[in-house]
Amino acid sequence: MHVELKEIRKYFGEVKANDNISVSLEPGKIYGLLGENGAGKSTLMKILSGYQPQDSGEILLDHKAVDFPSPAAALGAGLGMLYQDPLDIPPFSIIDNYLLGRDNRLSLDYRTVIAEMNEIITRYGFEADIHAHIDTLSLGERQQLELVRLLAGGAQVFILDEPTTGISVEQKDVLFSSMRKLAHEEGKTIILVSHKLDEVQELCDHAFVLRRGKLVGQSTIPCPNEKLVEMMFGQVPTRRERLPFDLGNPALELINVNISTYRLNVSNINLQIFAGEVIGLAGLEGSGQGILLRTIAGLIQPESGQVVVSGQDLTKSSYHKSRNFGVAYCAAGRLEEGLVSKLSLTEHMLLAEPTHTFMIDWPAARERTNSRIEQYQVVGQPESTADQLSGGNQQRLLFALLNPGLKVILLEHPTRGLDVRSMDWIWEQMYARREDGTALVFMSADLDEILERSDRIAVFSGGVMSRVVNASEVSVDQLGHMIGGQA
Amino acid sequence: MILPRWAERFWPVVPIIGALLFIIALLFLFGADPLESLNIMFLKPFENQAKMLSVMAFWVPLTLCALGLLVTFTGGLWNIGVEGQMILGSLGASWIALTVDAPAFVLIFLEIIVAMLAGALWGALTGFLKTHGKVHEIFGGLALNNLASMLSLYLIAGPWQPPEGGSFRGTPPFQEAALLPRFAESRFSPISFVLTILAIGLVFFALNNSFWGLKLKALGKNARSAFLLGVSSERETIYAMMFCGALAGLGGAVRVLSWFDSLRQNISGGIGYLAILVVMLAAYRLLLVPFISFFFSLVLNGSLTLQLKTQLHSSLGGILTGVMVLFILLFGEASKLGFRKEVEKDE
Amino acid sequence: MNDLYIVSFFASAILNSSPLIIAVCGETLTERAGVVNLSLDGSMLMAAMSGFIVAYEMDNIWLGFFAGAAVGAFFALIIAFGSIRLKQSQFAIGFVLTLLGADLSAFLGQNHTRLPGPSVAHLSIPYLADLPILGPLFFDQNIIVYFSFVLVAVTWWWLNRTQPGLHLRSVGERPEAAFARGVKVNLVRYLYSIVGGALVGLAGASYSLGIKIGWSDNHILGLGWIALAIVIFGGWSPVRGAFGAILFGVTKGLATYLQGTFPGVSIQALNSLPWILMIMVLILVSGDFTERLIAYMPQSVQDPLRRQLRLAPPLALGATLDEE
Repeated sequence: MHVELKEIRKYFGEVKANDNISVSLEPGKIYGLLGENGAGKSTLMKILSGYQPQDSGEILLDHKAVDFPSPAAALGAGLGMLYQDPLDIPPFSIIDNYLLGRDNRLSLDYRTVIAEMNEIITRYGFEADIHAHIDTLSLGERQQLELVRLLAGGAQVFILDEPTTGISVEQKDVLFSSMRKLAHEEGKTIILVSHKLDEVQELCDHAFVLRRGKLVGQSTIPCPNEKLVEMMFGQVPTRRERLPFDLGNPALELINVNISTYRLNVSNINLQIFAGEVIGLAGLEGSGQGILLRTIAGLIQPESGQVVVSGQDLTKSSYHKSRNFGVAYCAAGRLEEGLVSKLSLTEHMLLAEPTHTFMIDWPAARERTNSRIEQYQVVGQPESTADQLSGGNQQRLLFALLNPGLKVILLEHPTRGLDVRSMDWIWEQMYARREDGTALVFMSADLDEILERSDRIAVFSGGVMSRVVNASEVSVDQLGHMIGGQA
Repeated sequence: MILPRWAERFWPVVPIIGALLFIIALLFLFGADPLESLNIMFLKPFENQAKMLSVMAFWVPLTLCALGLLVTFTGGLWNIGVEGQMILGSLGASWIALTVDAPAFVLIFLEIIVAMLAGALWGALTGFLKTHGKVHEIFGGLALNNLASMLSLYLIAGPWQPPEGGSFRGTPPFQEAALLPRFAESRFSPISFVLTILAIGLVFFALNNSFWGLKLKALGKNARSAFLLGVSSERETIYAMMFCGALAGLGGAVRVLSWFDSLRQNISGGIGYLAILVVMLAAYRLLLVPFISFFFSLVLNGSLTLQLKTQLHSSLGGILTGVMVLFILLFGEASKLGFRKEVEKDE
Repeated sequence: MNDLYIVSFFASAILNSSPLIIAVCGETLTERAGVVNLSLDGSMLMAAMSGFIVAYEMDNIWLGFFAGAAVGAFFALIIAFGSIRLKQSQFAIGFVLTLLGADLSAFLGQNHTRLPGPSVAHLSIPYLADLPILGPLFFDQNIIVYFSFVLVAVTWWWLNRTQPGLHLRSVGERPEAAFARGVKVNLVRYLYSIVGGALVGLAGASYSLGIKIGWSDNHILGLGWIALAIVIFGGWSPVRGAFGAILFGVTKGLATYLQGTFPGVSIQALNSLPWILMIMVLILVSGDFTERLIAYMPQSVQDPLRRQLRLAPPLALGATLDEE
């Protein structure tokens, strides 16, 4: 099926998620859609698959304009989307899950359906015990079943959103060979949304690159990785000089840490971080850096290994215990994880402080809050509630809540959504904390930030941490390679 | 649909007027004179000291429970178990009243302490079931309410039955020294009133000026963020339940020691459940609670008087308060019903 | 206790639990669609009252049942509207309706208390009623009992073997996914709130027209809460729920029997049994106790066992979905 997107626009308030994007897709080909986090890939695909409407522009299927009120309507027209988190129903049996939205008769006809499913499963080399329940399956198996369902639903165009995150190498191979079969033998159109360059190189015929909501380039594949990296990340600015800083004793040591979660296993992390050092964790979203931060914070218990902070073993300690010991953690979701919507800035400050009195001295607390929000340039009053602040100010508030004298600060996307001036300001504040002997570990999707702000960089790919490199000695291209999984 | 600005300003009274119209319609349906009936319910009690004292005697435990519920609602907890916590309080007070022999002030002090401890224990149990057994507090509380009520029936019919044999209706009257001193032959005890005023102050300070209150507030609004800011949800949940249980237990003690003079069947009289409505109608604001609670007491007592005078069923008061809360939940916010605000022109 | 007595004891326990079975089926349907109708205690009282009055005034019990169902459906509709459209707490509205239903039924029914009224006739099923033991237990009852058993079977079939049932379950488990597959999530929720409410209403009317015949204040107070507890006890399955209801009927009957035979046994202790059972089941299904127990079992039986024991609530129970 021929798919054309014409001048698609989608704004969320000030943010231009999709800014005048036009692409044209031929049947029988596999396309890659590349871009950093927040580049607008998922928005574009949600529009194409009927999950949200565009502000302007049109979608043409085989040169006819279409309009999807719902994802079900999009599938009816032949557009099937495979979400990163499969949209299936975990407590259901595989057959029930498959039947939902398919059979229109009153009584369910299991026999025909089992035959139908088995036929598709063998045709594409999948494997599944179709009498099992969804919640006992691995992510890769659930993904295969979603594909089976889309195929049976008559999809002609397949959109795959980061399909290889969290699945095994064997499952990836099965997935890719089925994609090739679908495109090259059966003439389907396939779109692979990804930021893994080697996968795009391996599978795709053609790639589109988005950056900050715009289509910034395209190329037939294969092409040099450097070209794609440059399109994805733009020109890398010259690095600013930073004052050298004498590092202190080890503030954080990770010894043979293994972490196991449903999505990902992070294995064999060894890292020594010194007081005053800034470590950037690079990698695609969900490659293990977030899990590692949460493990150090005490939110996830490692399977084995040791987490040592300033000589003290905190491996088994709870989040609250680590927090009291001087390990601070700032999550990325501000109003979900970190701030409380309807509480005032003063109330946040009080909660975050290391020591508390039984009764609250409000005037004094207001005073302290005032000086803290002045220091951190939060635009707001001590009485303002967190949800009244703009996104950037919420982020500043999160930093303002960090107490002095911390041993380790762990940051998830510390400057996401901030303008350049605020970013510089935030980082100045963070650097000032080196004087306290605080070590900083942060993750970011912004390569510039990682390169510019870190002393050393660790790159994550599929739960594996690369060797740690000095930020001053590494080039963007090298980093791009490592992020793409080519060590 | 666009709502003119004057209508928007008056919107909050719409549900209340709606509830009154509903009641008037009911009265018509049963052939009663609505004006006369409302007069008996709302205004007549003010002319009669005995009536007023009875209203106030009802107000005390209702307000105590509502105060406790403010604390649990602040922590995001649906403490439906307040009813059982109150029953346990009355059992605790009765236990002391029936078994201890001491001067009045010692007895009363002991009764109140034990009642509060018993209520707190019952509250802690609900909290514990929630934090450690993952049982939702509505169902845990409901079960504990029923268990408390069975326990009181068992005590009335068994160990605490009157010497002349179990009538299943109540224990023998307590010794005079065990009862709260009452005002002018009424059921109203000034001590309980003073304790309630103190409780209002205590809850005010707990919620507004103590660090604990702040932790609860954070917990109730966003448990995840509160956790990341260092609040232990398990501990605070149990403490909040115990706090509410203690106040409800005090309310239970007042029921046996001043409203009645013994432990009776259905000792709580549904006051715990009513207190939940009080807090909802007060929109979870402390300073409104005593007044809403007074309004409830007035209406419920008024409907009893109405029944004596006109044979109309006394449930009318419960209907009025219930419909009022329901209408506020359903129609309280004009914007949710599809009305839009008039656009501000002078900006 | 001789054999004949035992049979008649169980027959009456089954008769007494039949309205509860109907209410449990109704609430199970509603909750499986993701909505909690907490108002059962109030709506069953309202339905019992209106069912009796309509049957009495019209001298037609079928109209009485119809009135009861309509009242139950209306109460459920208020909750569905309040939570889906107005985004208010289902618990808050349900709770208010619980109290309101008790008071309103007492007021509206005040002129019809303790009147002899029409009731459902006894209906033996020819031949089957003559079977030994099974006959008197299941086929020598009234239509409410037959209806409750048919309802359990139909509810089970509807939930597990039909397309609309599949939609219903998907809406309660993962509404986003159901929406993406073209299921009209909120419509389904309205529908099963109303259907479930109507069944709860039928259950209320069944009490006043067939079990505890007539009307009086707070006629069946507390039974709605029991029904809610049994839904959990039954793990949101109509079949297990029906067993739970009968178990409740049997303990109730046993309590009455023992009270007469052995006055030393506390009736309260027996009456507490359903609540203690409910707490224990809730701890079993929601805590991690069961999981720890299963871990000791052989690998091959772990998964089926987990599926049998894990009486988990629908994942999206009580959550709302914005359909864009």
